[in-house]
Amino acid sequence: MATVMDKNAALRDARLEIEEFNYAYADTLDRFDVDGWVEYFTEDALYHVIARDNEESGLPLGLIYCEGKAMMKDRAYALLNTEMFAPRYLHLSITNTRALQIDGDLIHAVANYTLIETLVEEPSRVQQVGKYRDVFRRTPNGLLLQERKCIYDSVMVDNCLVFPV
Amino acid sequence: MDGDSSIRETDGRQPYAWPDDETLIPDWIYTDRDIYDRELEKIFLGRHWNYVGLDCEVPEPGNYFRSYVGPLPVVVTRDMDGEVHVFENRCAHRGVEFCREYRGSADSFICPYHNWTYDLKGDLTAVPFRRGIKGQGGMPKDFDMAERGLRKFHVATRGGVIFATACDDMESIEEYLGPEICTEFDGTFDGGDMKLLGVHRNILPANWKLYQENLKDPYHATLLHTYLTTFGLFVSSNESNIPTDKYGRHGGLLSRRSDGRPDVSTEDAANMQAFKQTMELNDPRVLDFVREFDSKWSGSVLTIFPTLTALRQTNILNTRLLVPRGPDEFMMIWTVFGRADDDDEMIRHRLRQNNIFGPAGFLGIEDNEALKFLQDGLRKSLPRDGLAMLGEDDEPTDTIITERAIRGMYRYYRDVMEL
Repeated sequence: MATVMDKNAALRDARLEIEEFNYAYADTLDRFDVDGWVEYFTEDALYHVIARDNEESGLPLGLIYCEGKAMMKDRAYALLNTEMFAPRYLHLSITNTRALQIDGDLIHAVANYTLIETLVEEPSRVQQVGKYRDVFRRTPNGLLLQERKCIYDSVMVDNCLVFPV
Repeated sequence: MDGDSSIRETDGRQPYAWPDDETLIPDWIYTDRDIYDRELEKIFLGRHWNYVGLDCEVPEPGNYFRSYVGPLPVVVTRDMDGEVHVFENRCAHRGVEFCREYRGSADSFICPYHNWTYDLKGDLTAVPFRRGIKGQGGMPKDFDMAERGLRKFHVATRGGVIFATACDDMESIEEYLGPEICTEFDGTFDGGDMKLLGVHRNILPANWKLYQENLKDPYHATLLHTYLTTFGLFVSSNESNIPTDKYGRHGGLLSRRSDGRPDVSTEDAANMQAFKQTMELNDPRVLDFVREFDSKWSGSVLTIFPTLTALRQTNILNTRLLVPRGPDEFMMIWTVFGRADDDDEMIRHRLRQNNIFGPAGFLGIEDNEALKFLQDGLRKSLPRDGLAMLGEDDEPTDTIITERAIRGMYRYYRDVMEL
């Protein structure tokens, strides 16, 4: 009985920790700090944004597919220095966070996310709504993402997805 | 102009008169509802092969997926004999768009409204209460199931690419493409078995023709896209060729990447704002080139009239289907594939490289944004003509600062639209 309670307490603590992580993560992206965004990941992390129909059909193609932090840095550089896109405001909300399982240094977790974009003289609109399937790693520098798979329900992308979610 | 009066405006607006100067393109072809409706009749249901999908999307008998002929929803199926069929996604009874899944497997389609049932060829096989109840009601005695199937399109495939047409005496795909474009088409669709990697979908708030123009426009490619120029995928120093078919309706942007970084002259670099001499990738694997095709071109973009673009860039392979949704909007369906014998590392290589394209790709973002801005300009401003005056119509086909292929498409468009 004690072990079940311990386990539940550990998952609850992990959830609180992950919620704080996710709030900071969303704030970083809302501020367009994509260099800062890269620092939420381990060196060999996998970051994958994939349409739900592809995921459920076993098709691996992603809108964004980064194997390792180096690829994320290249995306961050392009967004800040070379890409042409309209100015916008970003509003990323991360909710329904759950820690599912703890395996040593690894925590498996899920959360829902919604990205609302607002362009100049346009009404705010939902750019993406989806679910994170995450693996966090506990490191001396705190939690880092070992894997973040963003599975989006909004399969029909509104023009383009500029910033990561 | 001695045109069809049905598309003329009589309420004081400008008539549909094309400018005499062929370097001018009138705004109304991108914004006008009557022109849009005429495109359905003259283009999508006319004498053209419409791309609808790939063989590898229906690998097994019973597989199906949703697609489009122009703006019309269709279903593409593979029947139990292995034959591919394309029919309208609209019940013959009341017109319900009955197939609602992206893709799947079935032995029949049942319209959910009154349970009319169709087989994988689009033939009507069952109508509930056809004889009524207790001799009352039901279909007329002479109701003929054979005459009440779904509207079917003629189908042809080449190199694993599926096309559909409403035209009853259509020429072969090979003749339709013409020798210049068919050679390049076969260079990408070489008959090797393909493997579906996934599909992207996005809405683009612009007229569908602007996307074909964009991929017939090497001028923008050297200016807008840092990835193409800086990493030598399409850049002024590459060996290039821009063929068209004899009508000007289909085209290609072909480019041969040199090894290493491109050798761009100081003068060219000064003209190309997007060129970043000092930019380096932290993960250069994205640009690795695994030789897999018997073609001198490392990059091939084909624009097949009306709504297909086919891309082979390094190891990225995709088709893009443009689905018009009114004059001001179209949907893009990007179908990304590899080869059936790809190992896991080759699949991951293609997935990494696909960060360059798609609706979140380094090029995709820029193209989609630029075309949205263009349609905003067309929609909101006073009517005027766009300029497409770069280059010459009889120039050598390796000229890249040119809009020759755009002018060619509109010569054909005017002819087929009778404008």
